[in-house]
Amino acid sequence: MTLGLINANPVVHEKKERISRSEDPHPTDDAVDPLDIYDFVRDIRDPEHPYSLEQLSVLSEESITVDDKLGRILITFTPTVQHCSMATVIGLCLRVKLKHFFPPHYKVDIKVSPGSHADEVSVNKQLNDKERVAAALENPNLRELVEECLSSNEL
Amino acid sequence: MAEPSELSRYIESYVDSSSTPAQQAASLDSVGCLVKSDSLTLEVLVRELQMYLTTTDNVIRARGILLLGEVLKRIESKPLGSANIHTLVVFFKDRLADWRALRGALIGCLALIRRKSVVGMVTGTDAKAIVQSFLEYVQVQSLGQYDRKLSLELLDCLLERYSDVLASLGEELIYGICEAVDVEKDPECLMLIFHIIETVGKLYLDPSGPNTNFVEEIFDILEAYFPIHFTHPVGDDAHVQRDDLSRALMAAFSSTPLFEPYLVPLLLEKLSSSLHSAKIDSLRYLRACSSKYGAERIAKYVRAMWPLIKDIISTYLEDPDFSFTLAPLNGFGPSKNELVIEALSLLQQLILQNSNLLVSLIIDDEDVNFCIKTTASYEKYNNIPVQEKKKLHCVGCILHVMAKTSLSFCNEVFQNHFSRIMDNVVSVGNLDNPQNGEVFPSERVKFGLLYLCIELLEGYRKLFSVSEQYVLEHETCCTELHRFSTPLFNAFCSVLALSNEICPLDPEIYVGVKGLQILAMFCSDVFPVPMLIFEDILKKLMSIIIEDSNKMTLWEAALKALFHIGSFVQKFDESEKAMSYKILVVEKAAELLSINDINLPLSLKVKALSEIGMTGKINMLTVLQGLTGVVFANVSDVCASRNSRSFETAVQLLECYSCKLLPWIHENGCSEEFIEQFAVDIWAHAGNCMDFCAPFEEKGLLDALMKVMKVSVASCSVDSQNTIILKAYTVLLSHTNFQLNKVERMPLSPGQYDISDRDEWILSLFASAIIAVCPKTRIPNIRVLLDLFMIMHLRGIVPAAQALGSIINKLASKSSSAESSSDLTLEEALDIIFCTKLWFSTSDMLQRTGANGSAMVITDLCLGGANDRLLQINAVCGLSWIGKGLLMCGQEKIKDIAMIFIGCLKTEEQPLDPLVMKCAADAFHVLMSDSDVCLNKKFHAIIRPLYKQRFFSSMMPVFQQLITNSHPSFSRSFLYRAMAHIISDTPLIVILNDANKLIPVLLDCMSILTEDVQDKDILYGLLLLLSGILTNKNGTEAVTENAHIIINCLTRLVDYPNKTLVRETAIQCLLAMSELPHSRIYPMRTQVLRSISKALDDKKRSVRGEAIRCRRAWLVT
Repeated sequence: MTLGLINANPVVHEKKERISRSEDPHPTDDAVDPLDIYDFVRDIRDPEHPYSLEQLSVLSEESITVDDKLGRILITFTPTVQHCSMATVIGLCLRVKLKHFFPPHYKVDIKVSPGSHADEVSVNKQLNDKERVAAALENPNLRELVEECLSSNEL
Repeated sequence: MAEPSELSRYIESYVDSSSTPAQQAASLDSVGCLVKSDSLTLEVLVRELQMYLTTTDNVIRARGILLLGEVLKRIESKPLGSANIHTLVVFFKDRLADWRALRGALIGCLALIRRKSVVGMVTGTDAKAIVQSFLEYVQVQSLGQYDRKLSLELLDCLLERYSDVLASLGEELIYGICEAVDVEKDPECLMLIFHIIETVGKLYLDPSGPNTNFVEEIFDILEAYFPIHFTHPVGDDAHVQRDDLSRALMAAFSSTPLFEPYLVPLLLEKLSSSLHSAKIDSLRYLRACSSKYGAERIAKYVRAMWPLIKDIISTYLEDPDFSFTLAPLNGFGPSKNELVIEALSLLQQLILQNSNLLVSLIIDDEDVNFCIKTTASYEKYNNIPVQEKKKLHCVGCILHVMAKTSLSFCNEVFQNHFSRIMDNVVSVGNLDNPQNGEVFPSERVKFGLLYLCIELLEGYRKLFSVSEQYVLEHETCCTELHRFSTPLFNAFCSVLALSNEICPLDPEIYVGVKGLQILAMFCSDVFPVPMLIFEDILKKLMSIIIEDSNKMTLWEAALKALFHIGSFVQKFDESEKAMSYKILVVEKAAELLSINDINLPLSLKVKALSEIGMTGKINMLTVLQGLTGVVFANVSDVCASRNSRSFETAVQLLECYSCKLLPWIHENGCSEEFIEQFAVDIWAHAGNCMDFCAPFEEKGLLDALMKVMKVSVASCSVDSQNTIILKAYTVLLSHTNFQLNKVERMPLSPGQYDISDRDEWILSLFASAIIAVCPKTRIPNIRVLLDLFMIMHLRGIVPAAQALGSIINKLASKSSSAESSSDLTLEEALDIIFCTKLWFSTSDMLQRTGANGSAMVITDLCLGGANDRLLQINAVCGLSWIGKGLLMCGQEKIKDIAMIFIGCLKTEEQPLDPLVMKCAADAFHVLMSDSDVCLNKKFHAIIRPLYKQRFFSSMMPVFQQLITNSHPSFSRSFLYRAMAHIISDTPLIVILNDANKLIPVLLDCMSILTEDVQDKDILYGLLLLLSGILTNKNGTEAVTENAHIIINCLTRLVDYPNKTLVRETAIQCLLAMSELPHSRIYPMRTQVLRSISKALDDKKRSVRGEAIRCRRAWLVT
């Protein structure tokens, strides 16, 4: 049963140029920074539309914070509409991708940005609950959806 | 004579519609060959074809006629009698009426018309008959594309070759053509049509001629195509492109001035269209038409055109580029916008034709005047609003083009407006009292006006430099400019003064320096800028060079300007100016070197000096003389007082000489006298200096001297080299303690010489001269020198070993000794090197002969016969250079040398010193790698092609055997090390041929090299080679076979701590491995993923990025 799209007409933004870091072949500071992570997740496809999270402004570089010393990463994303039921899927995509391609010693927190979702608290709780994440990934339909979103990556 | 049956078979096969196209073509070729080779006359062919040509079966008749037409096409260059031609013309002309068999008739007619007169061509009457028949029967537009093309080609060809005969057809012809070409859409046909109309226009549409009533009709046909809209993709196989069509249409339009009343209004209308291509085409067409139609016809449109052109320029002009370095000579640099370029060249064309009209238009133009008035109030570029800037630039461009093109414009502007501008630039009071060097208060100088002045002056200068027909001295512009040259100079100076006060503003510096440069670059015979001003300009620029080194933009701009002025003066041979340039700039710059109390860093002094020297040969010579003096003064100073400042100066100057000035001298074909003299002088000074003092302690100076010596000698001819070497040899004789004549006594005993540091320096310098000589240069007393170098290299002086290698490399062997000027053959030299017994004592090496001393040859020394580690290392190291010389010229002896090194590596009885073994292994690096110090193309080495490949393939079996036999001890690790050197310097393509065998060896080498930090570069070289094999498709098979061990090795390298590039490349290699067949790599998947996950946490970002990419690839396998 299809209920139609949740947000039928999202605003699409332009892709920004990837900032090249090649100018300085031996950068002094090579620690993980928000841009690293952003470069890495910006191409994840939206579950609903053939656009990347960057194009839909769900993510931006500013919405990611990294504390390299404590090993913490905080990603705050903004769903396109308040009642977006796909928010949890987007969060799940982010988590799966970081789990696969980032060192395991980082603790990743994923949240929706304050006030951007009708059911903010429960979404946040769901996304940061290990058990529920694991359970979600055991659901074959969800898993397929997540992998589809991740596979359209340009990297 | 061909067999009739054979002929009919060919014909049958061609006509038969059931045979394949290839068969048809083959039979056509056969018939063509028969006719061409005279084995078949046309008569016989026609008789044979008779039935096919006249049958009522349409298909067969068409094929028959086509065959005859095609045969005629093939014999276009074969002579035919006029009767034959006439008959054929009559036949084909009649067949034009037969629409079912038209193609053959068209091809036949075309072939006949194209015949040249020497082989018999169609007569005028016949041609006329063809045209008449064509016009009567052929309905071009109802035919298919190919037939249309043929018809148009026929028409085109007829017009081209028989225009005079066809003229009598008059209206009938033109009407027919109009009918034939109407509503054509195929690009190839259109090309023909445009050409036909061009011819028609040129021939028949004379303004005074009778056919003028057709002009409008023809124009209507053409008009539909403008602007060409062409949608075929670029890569299409159609040969016609949009540009071709556009050019052809332009030629058609400009063929006759009669089109003018229709065309020009159309073009003007399209000029304001929003379509980019329409604009460009309009501008181009207007320019072409203006030049073809003549000034008179165009004059009436000029008023309408001017605002349109101005509009286009001001809309599309980019922001000016004020960087001085980019476009130093062409105003603000030609605009890169196509529209602007076209508009400006149209403007130039119009000025050439209607100069007076345009001059008055521009001078009275409101925008231009308004611009001049408004910008007058701005003093600084940055204060001008954006819109005004754009206008200013636009006006500047227009003025530039005008001044460049028209003398009357210059006169007009300078007479009526220049003084007004100048009055505004500076206050009138100053004009009455012009004094050189006086700087106006900066707030009075108006940037915008000065900018316009530059554009004007630059254009004006170009006008003179291209045209010599003007006698200019009495022209108004000349006298006016003369009058204003002083205020202009002052104004430019004060703009620069303004820029001095604030931070360096590019536009101000640009305008100031540029202005000075332009003023200085007027030819003195067209516009005599007073010499005084010229000198002032040079002084001003030089003062910037001396004083303003803290403002880099200004400094560099001034240097560039000086360079351009200097080149200009040299190029146009202005002796008076050249003289003052030399005195004021070149000599001053040379003096700068020795003045220490000014605030100009040495590096900038050197830069200024070299730039100024490069303006011309004479200036270069002056600069070089100055440089020589300073260099030697400093060298002596270093020797006498160890002054560190002099040391630095000398080294920098020598660097500049060898890296910048020498190449310039070489490229610009200066005589090598100076180079020779300089090298000889170095020797003289070296001798003198070292006579009374201990040599310089810092090695930097010796290195710089050696480099200069090498480069100088290398760039000289054989004669000069002989002179230099001779001088060097005398210095060597007279200023050292070597007793060269005694050396010859055998056996040689190194201990006989008390070699001081000073002797060592001189010998190194001498060695560097020897390294760079040509094979033909004579080296005096070469036998003794060989001995000397032998002894020196055993003392660890590497240049001596390199010199030995060079000598050996360049000696001719016995067989070809005739051409050698040296009295020594290669064999003798080798004999000296390898058989001379060296005396030494075991206790105190190379110092004195002891009673317990023994004599042995160099090979024994290498193998440790002397039982002295240092001596052994020196011997091995020296032998590697000798070996390199031999290897490059392809001598067999190299094998023996390689075996000596291998002998050092394999230790059967007692283990050798590890240092010696390492040295022996590294000797292979010397052998195989390209050196930039000696033995290369620059230093005239003899290089045999493919020498690396040969050495590689001769050494590999030896090594492979050795490695399998050696004990798994450290001797094996040195063998691998030697092998790593050989492999990594061999071209990839050779490795690929043998990849399957080499990959295991390569991997073993790599795993051994990971142990020592110092080996990281060799390791990286090998890794690059491996990645080359992985990415080359010829290597895939070998890689697949060895996938397991490769991955084992690479996963170990993923966390190699000593070099980031190694980690990065290893991960890239793993990524490349993921493309191998799935079944082969799947077993290793877990292993790879585990090792990559370590790299995800690497401390370098680039490694992390590669790791992510690699992990992604392996996750999906």
